[in-house]
Amino acid sequence: MSAFDWLPELLERFKADYVLIHEDAAVTTVGRARVLELDAEDWGRAAGVAAKFNLRWAGGWADQLTDQLGGDKLQINACLLHQGDVLLLRTRVPVTTPVLPSHTLHYPGADRMERHTQDMYGVVFSDHPDPRRWARHHAWGENEYPLRAEFPRMGTRGDMPARTDDNYRFLQAQGAGLYEIPVGPVHAGIIEPGHFRFTAVGEQVLNLEQRLGYVHKGIEKIAVGRDAVGAARLAGRVSGDSTVAFTWAACMAMEQAAGVEVPLRANYLRAIMAERERVANHLGDIGAICNDVGFAFAFYQFSRLREDWQRLSREVFGHRLLMDCVVPGGVARDIDAAAVAQLRAAFAPMKREMRELMPILYDNPSLEDRLITTGFLSESLARLLGATGYVGKASNCDLDARRDLAYSPYDRFKIKVHVFQDGDVLARMRVRADEILISLDLIDELLAGLPNGDVRAEWPMPAAGSEGLGIVEGWRGETLVYVRFAEDGKIARLFARDPSWFTWPALEQLIHGNIVPDFPVCNKSVNGSYSGHDL
Amino acid sequence: MLRLFNKIRKIGVVTEPVMPGRDPAFEEIGEQLHARVGELFSGSLAIREVDAGSCNGCELEVHALNNPYYGIERFGVHFVASPRHADMLLVTGPVSKHMEAALKRTYDATPDPKLVLAMGDCGADGGEFGCSYASCGGVSKVIPVDGVVRGCPPTPLELMKAILALIEKRQGG
Repeated sequence: MSAFDWLPELLERFKADYVLIHEDAAVTTVGRARVLELDAEDWGRAAGVAAKFNLRWAGGWADQLTDQLGGDKLQINACLLHQGDVLLLRTRVPVTTPVLPSHTLHYPGADRMERHTQDMYGVVFSDHPDPRRWARHHAWGENEYPLRAEFPRMGTRGDMPARTDDNYRFLQAQGAGLYEIPVGPVHAGIIEPGHFRFTAVGEQVLNLEQRLGYVHKGIEKIAVGRDAVGAARLAGRVSGDSTVAFTWAACMAMEQAAGVEVPLRANYLRAIMAERERVANHLGDIGAICNDVGFAFAFYQFSRLREDWQRLSREVFGHRLLMDCVVPGGVARDIDAAAVAQLRAAFAPMKREMRELMPILYDNPSLEDRLITTGFLSESLARLLGATGYVGKASNCDLDARRDLAYSPYDRFKIKVHVFQDGDVLARMRVRADEILISLDLIDELLAGLPNGDVRAEWPMPAAGSEGLGIVEGWRGETLVYVRFAEDGKIARLFARDPSWFTWPALEQLIHGNIVPDFPVCNKSVNGSYSGHDL
Repeated sequence: MLRLFNKIRKIGVVTEPVMPGRDPAFEEIGEQLHARVGELFSGSLAIREVDAGSCNGCELEVHALNNPYYGIERFGVHFVASPRHADMLLVTGPVSKHMEAALKRTYDATPDPKLVLAMGDCGADGGEFGCSYASCGGVSKVIPVDGVVRGCPPTPLELMKAILALIEKRQGG
């Protein structure tokens, strides 16, 4: 299968639907993505054609272009994936009248990201079905747009405290026996803040509406002006549990922009860390899912394994969560033969533990009762929303960037991907358990074949206007970071897209018809990132 | 079921002190913590954790305090679901503007006398996120803070030491 062999047919269909692709523009690429520029008025129809062609919508963001790059324009991007190829649709709208059609009608998963762009840049998606504010609560005004160039980093309100998010229009339902349960932002457990509004009748959930944005801390704004190292540190804190995934994606994007060739040994080490991050989080999640239905045995067993795992990470790589271990050009530090042996020695015991523990979980009738058919997400909904990672895989979406995009070093390995058709909480737990075993094998293969050489390339000055698009398979799913450099090697734009953008809406769907007391376990089985989503 | 009990028997107790040589510092801190919590809080220190804009890194390490290695509950420290039950607030994150009001309300809902421990570099001074239109730049900008534990994130042991130091400071003051 040659890359982009489907593109001519798509272009034909664009033509048939009167979507004008700017052919005068030279064929441009951002990293491995092919760029197609079009007119703003065709933006919505292009999405319609792409959706019919089964392209997957993987992210959308805006960027303000200044002076030499085209005057006062907002550049709108949409990233589409198909058969391991990446397409970037682009159009420009004037800052003064930033109006264009929405993608949400064709790609429901685009909903919140378009509303994010609306709040952050003042872009109006003219036929968006739900133009309520999303990222904005009351920290900035209705007619202020934090990511516009003229908006000061410190905002315009000084130390004035922000009001609570008190007048957001939740969907209202009326009827005998109906009641609302507001939950959050401060939750009962040790978890991130967000608001859930349930409409229930008896114990049954009729509707769940999420209100996120509480941990919005201006990541996209404060990224501007950082150098590559600083941007990587910041990316590593978009979502602390996915620090390797985000730092890797950001570094991949910046390395594309700067034209840096990362040493193979560094890529191997990055992959080892990414797989270790996957194993650590999956271990924690399996224990936590069981704990949410009162099976304390699994919680203690799996949190024990997670602690062992994190301690080894600290010993070998210097950090329990592997923060700041990936850096632009490579990795922060090399590991010696003793460390390789130490990492490999962890393989057999962990595998044995998994082989002992999982049958106990699968055989337990109480767990079966609580997890099977709970929180069912159909394949069609999962695809419609663009779910990747364990949420997608549990609903038969066979997607994995390590295999599909085959970025280094995964291009040298056969990546096994396990999918299930059940779409319930148990399936989402089984994907995790299987992925732990697959990752253990992969880590061992990576360690066995670890090539010699440098672990960090020289960091050159990236050209002004150079861009990159990094896509990696984080433990939650496909993780994407876009960067554009300004002069002096400083960041002009950084957009980080967590897989949770697509799985949060899936949670709203899969909870339908379940009972309120099953919400915690449904929520944990999805385990969306608040911080990664709120930015 | 037999397999389950067999696994429990085989793993035994991994809780730190019974594994000699692994981390003597931990046992010592734990014992001191136990003693102080006994003296000052009648054996039970209730902590309400509040994420006020954290990246979730700190939360992972707070979770770890409840894993069988640390098992902080055996020292009399437990995490509670409501600020109304809490002696101490453990606050993470630079305090996003969107969490400012919620944090203040949580603080007000906590009965006096209360202690506030700001966790992580973000909780200390905003850390990587600093101060911006969306971030207050540290817990002390929003509510009174009694103690700070830095780190990105602090390890479970560092966190436990900070909890101990904070209640000892209170005893001193």
